[in-house]
Amino acid sequence: MTARQQHALLALTHVSRVHGTGATEVRALRDVSFEVAPGELVALMGPSGSGKSTLLHVAGGLDQPTGGSVAVDGTDLSSLGQAERARLRRTTIGYVFQDFNLIPALTAEENVALPGELHGLRSGEAREAARAALAELGVADLADRFPDDLSGGQQQRVAIARAVAGERRLILADEPTGALDTSTGEQILRLLRERCDAGAAGVLVTHEARHAAWADRVVFLRDGVVVDEADAGLTGLAGMTGAR
Amino acid sequence: MSVKQALLALLEQGPKYGYQLRTEFEERTGSTWPLNIGQVYTTLSRLERDGLVVAGGDDGEGHVVYRTTEAGRAEVDAWFGSPVPRDQPPPRDELAIKLAIAISSPDVDVEYVIQQQRTATMRALQEHTRLKRSGRAARPEAPEDLAWSLVLDALVFEAEAEIRWLDHCEARLARLATTGGGTHS
Ligand SMILES: Nc1ncnc2c1ncn2[C@@H]1O[C@H](COP(=O)(O)OP(=O)(O)O)[C@@H](O)[C@H]1O
Ligand SMILES: [Mg+2]
Repeated sequence: MTARQQHALLALTHVSRVHGTGATEVRALRDVSFEVAPGELVALMGPSGSGKSTLLHVAGGLDQPTGGSVAVDGTDLSSLGQAERARLRRTTIGYVFQDFNLIPALTAEENVALPGELHGLRSGEAREAARAALAELGVADLADRFPDDLSGGQQQRVAIARAVAGERRLILADEPTGALDTSTGEQILRLLRERCDAGAAGVLVTHEARHAAWADRVVFLRDGVVVDEADAGLTGLAGMTGAR
Repeated sequence: MSVKQALLALLEQGPKYGYQLRTEFEERTGSTWPLNIGQVYTTLSRLERDGLVVAGGDDGEGHVVYRTTEAGRAEVDAWFGSPVPRDQPPPRDELAIKLAIAISSPDVDVEYVIQQQRTATMRALQEHTRLKRSGRAARPEAPEDLAWSLVLDALVFEAEAEIRWLDHCEARLARLATTGGGTHS
């Protein structure tokens, strides 16, 4: 795999994440290591509760691992202060939240433009990038609507526009096609694929095998552990015991 | 796979010789089910014997050109006019049989059997998807390109259904394990 010989844009090394302590302790991730190179799209699959969202949060600096390390573009996230981490999230990382996370008091366009504006882009520039991204997702006509006036599928597309507006080099998408019909879902995959073909690194959490198949690699998580990887041409059942 | 009816239907669109038939078949199905030329000629001679086609001489370059007869056209109409038979019982499904036996075998790690299959099927699905998004199936212009793109969709849906069934099996087994019922005592 030539893509992986380049330096990784995202590198998780022996990452674990434990929620709570004692009797209520949940080990959401256990010793997870994987890398995503520029140009690569990786799909993450696994049953509900297997740690997919936790992994994405940790990868995007929204949550800290309790063990191991996360590096984005060669920088260990734990070496960054709050402000620097926030800056990285606004400039380098595009994040599609499972529950969209749009700000209700802002229009669709304002929501999409916000990260750019916070980063200090001139408002006109950020708005222009926002409109371009909304158009790319086929929701240009919804620019002036507020999230509450949008359907689930429309909110989802606005949330995706926010994650891909500007030049994000790492796109993390948590079930971005959940609220979409099949043909819109495929359109989103095409878009993510194009961004990665243009040099971004992408991680896509999905339940749909049909969507995961757009990825270069499919990583399977179960109970916080990477159990397997489907990669064109590679075989391996790491972490599994094997049939006798 | 009924090569006979498919070739007959292609011939009904216009007289053709063997290589042309093979090319047209593969254009529409993206060489998913490659035909060897021997198979094409064997089929043509059977069709001729049954009075469904006639060998209508030479195309000027030494190729024997075939065309459908009245009976051949009726056969094509009947093919399009009836469903593909779904056998009862259905053809043996090796994966279903393997899992059915794995689940009742005390020494088999069923999770492994499932995961191994899921990875293999996912890899096939990735390959179908790669073909779908590149080349002539990605932006079908001619009907043959659309035909191939739809054949790929059929393979995609089939692989997806298998993965969904594997997920379902895994979830059912996990539920059984947590509710105290074991697969074996
Ligand atoms: N903030 C939290 N506090 C306690 N447990 C959590 C928290 N977030 C997630 N978990 C637990 O961690 C496990 C993994 O959750 P999650 O990453 O959301 O899984 P997935 O996205 O694969 O459904 C689950 O058991 C979940 O209940
Ligand atoms: Mg989740």
